[in-house]
Parts: sequence; C-alpha cells; structure tokens
Amino acid sequence: MKKLEVKNISKSFGDKQVLQDVSLELNDGELVCVLGVSGVGKSTLFNVISGLLMPDCGNVLLNGTDITNKPGNVSYMLQKDLLLPYRTIEDNVALPLLIKGMKKKEARKTVSPYFSVFGLQGTQKKYPSLLSGGMRQRAALLRTYMFSREIALLDEPFSALDTLTKSSMHSWYLDVMEEIKLSTLFITHDIDEAILLSDRIYLLSGSPGSITSEIIIEEPKPRSKDFNLSPKFLDYKRKILALL
Amino acid sequence: MKKSLNTPNKNFASCIAVLLLLVLWQSVCASGLIPEFLLPSPLEILKAFCDELPLLWDNTLITLTEAAAGLFLGMLTGFVSAVLMDTFGILYKAFYPLLIITQTIPTVAVAPLLVLWFGYGMAPKVVLIVISVFFPVTVGLLDGFRSSQKDAVDLLRSMGATRVQIFRYIKFPSALPQLFSGLKIASAYSIVGAVISEWLGGFSGLGVYMTRVKKAFAFDKMFAVIFLISAISLLLMGLVKFAEKRCMPYRNTDGKKGG
Repeated sequence: MKKLEVKNISKSFGDKQVLQDVSLELNDGELVCVLGVSGVGKSTLFNVISGLLMPDCGNVLLNGTDITNKPGNVSYMLQKDLLLPYRTIEDNVALPLLIKGMKKKEARKTVSPYFSVFGLQGTQKKYPSLLSGGMRQRAALLRTYMFSREIALLDEPFSALDTLTKSSMHSWYLDVMEEIKLSTLFITHDIDEAILLSDRIYLLSGSPGSITSEIIIEEPKPRSKDFNLSPKFLDYKRKILALL
Repeated sequence: MKKSLNTPNKNFASCIAVLLLLVLWQSVCASGLIPEFLLPSPLEILKAFCDELPLLWDNTLITLTEAAAGLFLGMLTGFVSAVLMDTFGILYKAFYPLLIITQTIPTVAVAPLLVLWFGYGMAPKVVLIVISVFFPVTVGLLDGFRSSQKDAVDLLRSMGATRVQIFRYIKFPSALPQLFSGLKIASAYSIVGAVISEWLGGFSGLGVYMTRVKKAFAFDKMFAVIFLISAISLLLMGLVKFAEKRCMPYRNTDGKKGG
C-alpha cells in the first residue's frame, strides 16, 4: 500500500535549479533510502516533503491526501540531533506531543514506555549534554517517532557518529524497526549504510538533481549481522558505484 | 572536582585580602597620619552605621522601592520591545540604531531634566532607572533570540508549531543566558540610577541622605552609606545569579561534566 507519493517535484533557488522532476514513493512499513553525493539537493527534497518548502511544481501526497507545503504531517529528523539543551531528554522527546496541545504530565506519561524500546532507560531526567552521540541520536529518533507513526523522514541520521558507533547503531536501528514498523524515508551519502538498511534505494544525482535509478535490495529482513561482508552485498555496491 | 576545591579557596583568599585592607586602613587612621575628619576609620564607620541604622533603613526602603519599580518596568518594556523588534524586521531596522544612541546620553545629564518634568517624587527616579535598565535587557534578549538555531526552528515548524510555540520552546529559552547577563548589569544600574537621581533632587532615599551628610561633613556617615549601597547592589546581583541557576539547571550539569 502506498503511504507517501512524491510527484514531479521541481525546485529552484533564484536562478539555480536544485531539483528537477523528482518522483518517488514509499509503501507501508518500508525503509527507503535516497542516496546521493553532498549538495545534490537531498535536504531540499526533504524540506519539500516535510512541508517546510513550497516546490515550484509537483506535489506530495500522504495516504492520497495532498500535503504539499503543509508542515505538521510527517515526522522529520534533521541532520543534527537538535535536542534542546535546556530540556531533559524526557521533555525533549515529549515536545511533539506538547506542540500538538497535549498537557505536560500526559505527554510525559505517553512517552515513558518507549524509553526501553529505544534503549534509553534511565536517561529521562538527564540533560542532552550528558549523553553520548549514539544515545542522543536514539533520543532524537524517539522524538521523531513520537510525532507521528505514519512516516519518518530522516536526514543523514547517523552521519555525525564515529564508524564504530555507527555500525552498532545500524544493527540497533534494524532491531527497533522490526518492532515498530515505521515507514521511513532516509537520506544518506554512505553506500554501505544504504544497502544495509534499505528495502529500496533511489539514486539522486546530477545538477539539477533528479532520480536516476531505483535499486531493490532483495535481502530478507531481519538481515544477518555479516550481510555487509557477503558477496551479494558487494554485488549491490558494485552496481551502485557504476550507476553513480 | 577541581572546581569544587577551587571555589572555597578563592573566597578564602579574597576574604583575607579584604580583611588585610581593613586592618591597614584602621592602623593608618590610628597612627594619625590622616586627619580623622577626612578619612574616618573602619570602626568609626561601623559605629556610624549602627547609630544611623533606623534612618538608613527608612531611606533604603525608599531607594529599593524605586529600584524595584524601575527594574520591573524596565524589564517589561525591554521584553516587549525585544519581542516586537524580533517579530517585525522593520522595527528592528528602524529602532536598533536609536536604541544605541540612547545609551550614549549620560544619565547624569538627563536626571535634572527628568526632575524638571516629573517633579521631586518617585517618578523621575523610576523613569531614569527604566531608561538605564531597558537597554541591557532589550539588547540581551534580541541577541538571544537571534542566537536560536534556525534548524531548531525548522524542526518545530515541521511539527506544525505556531509562532507562539516556537517562541516558547526555542526562542525564549535560548535567550535566557543573555537575558540574565543583561539583568545582572541592569540590577546594578538600578541602584546606582536611583541614588544618582535622588542626589539631584528629592526628599528621601539614600541619595538624599548622602547629600545631607556630605553637607554636614559627616564623612563617617558618608562612608557608611557608600558601603550600604554597594552591599545592596551586590545582594541584588546575587539574587539575579540565584534566579539564573534556578532557571537554567542544565548549565550546572554542564559544568560537572566539564570539570
């Protein structure tokens, strides 16, 4: 079932066209990745999908309803974790609920069962500055999830982490996704990460950026820990490198 | 760890320094090098302070009332104008330079005018304090609002937050540090401002008391009131610091991690 449809999006800033005729779709429970080099317009695309930016033409449909330039419909996690330093983790995570008009007490109660699902037990009353990079990222993901169970847009969610933390976050993330089945569209410039996590990959390239190909990763989930060392994985990588 | 060991030491050192200075002062006076009427000894000042306590207390209340009223109104106008200037870019462009210019006008020059306009009561004092408090609060808040991360604002917008919500959850809390540093300056200004304007015309308050004892050449009382004024200023700044710690507990945990 189609959750999200992005149809023929074009966007320019002044004279510079950034996106041209970008179309993609996301099905229920899918993990789809937009892969492309830095500066190709990935973040612009997400700003359009989230409703922050008005595209020059094209539209965005969520469950068939037009949400073009209407913020507040899909969860969006920006590149930095953006945890507010002056709020405890609990209150950071509860923020989307407060914005929807929920009372503080109720919001805290609603978020509390998810702390263990996201491996964040015991951090409720801590301030973000006391958490490690990986934990902060988990908290940011939980906040994204609290906003909406429909669709999450993740803009390079793991790019700020060191390699070791990143790979443990990948396996953690796959586990969590097994549990919460969130339809997710995420951006990365890391080919390995794209193959490891995604059901499908869209390649965004060129200037202005457009979708040049779509690759389906047929490896079943949950994927084994050493999938990224298998010949199949390398075949996908070779294929993508040739396309880029 | 290091920090918690350091702080009492630092306090201890400065206490010793003050104590030594007082002892030196007392012995200079006792030796008769300087005539007593020109420089009273610390003990005489203390005695004058105790003798004059009821009178000083009454005047302190007046000065504090003026300072509190001025601080409150100054903060209020500062807050409102900062919010307006942050919300409407045109107001920022129009009034920011004007704001800077108002600060180049010396308070001492304006005070007599204010007395002419508003009389000898509390009004000119309060107005003078409002003028001097308003500036650090407005500028602090404005810089603070502007320091809030654009990405964080975008994040809230993507959640469909209203302008008021963005202000409440992002802009205001990110301006708190600047607001408090503005307030620390403002609280010191408020006492000094009150004293100066009382000095230039009025019936009661520590400034008036000061001019009276000066005319009587009662230097011991003069010193007593000077010390009282600086003690009050320090106390006010301490209060602001206390409020700062209460309002921003996350800063304390930050320090623990760093130390």
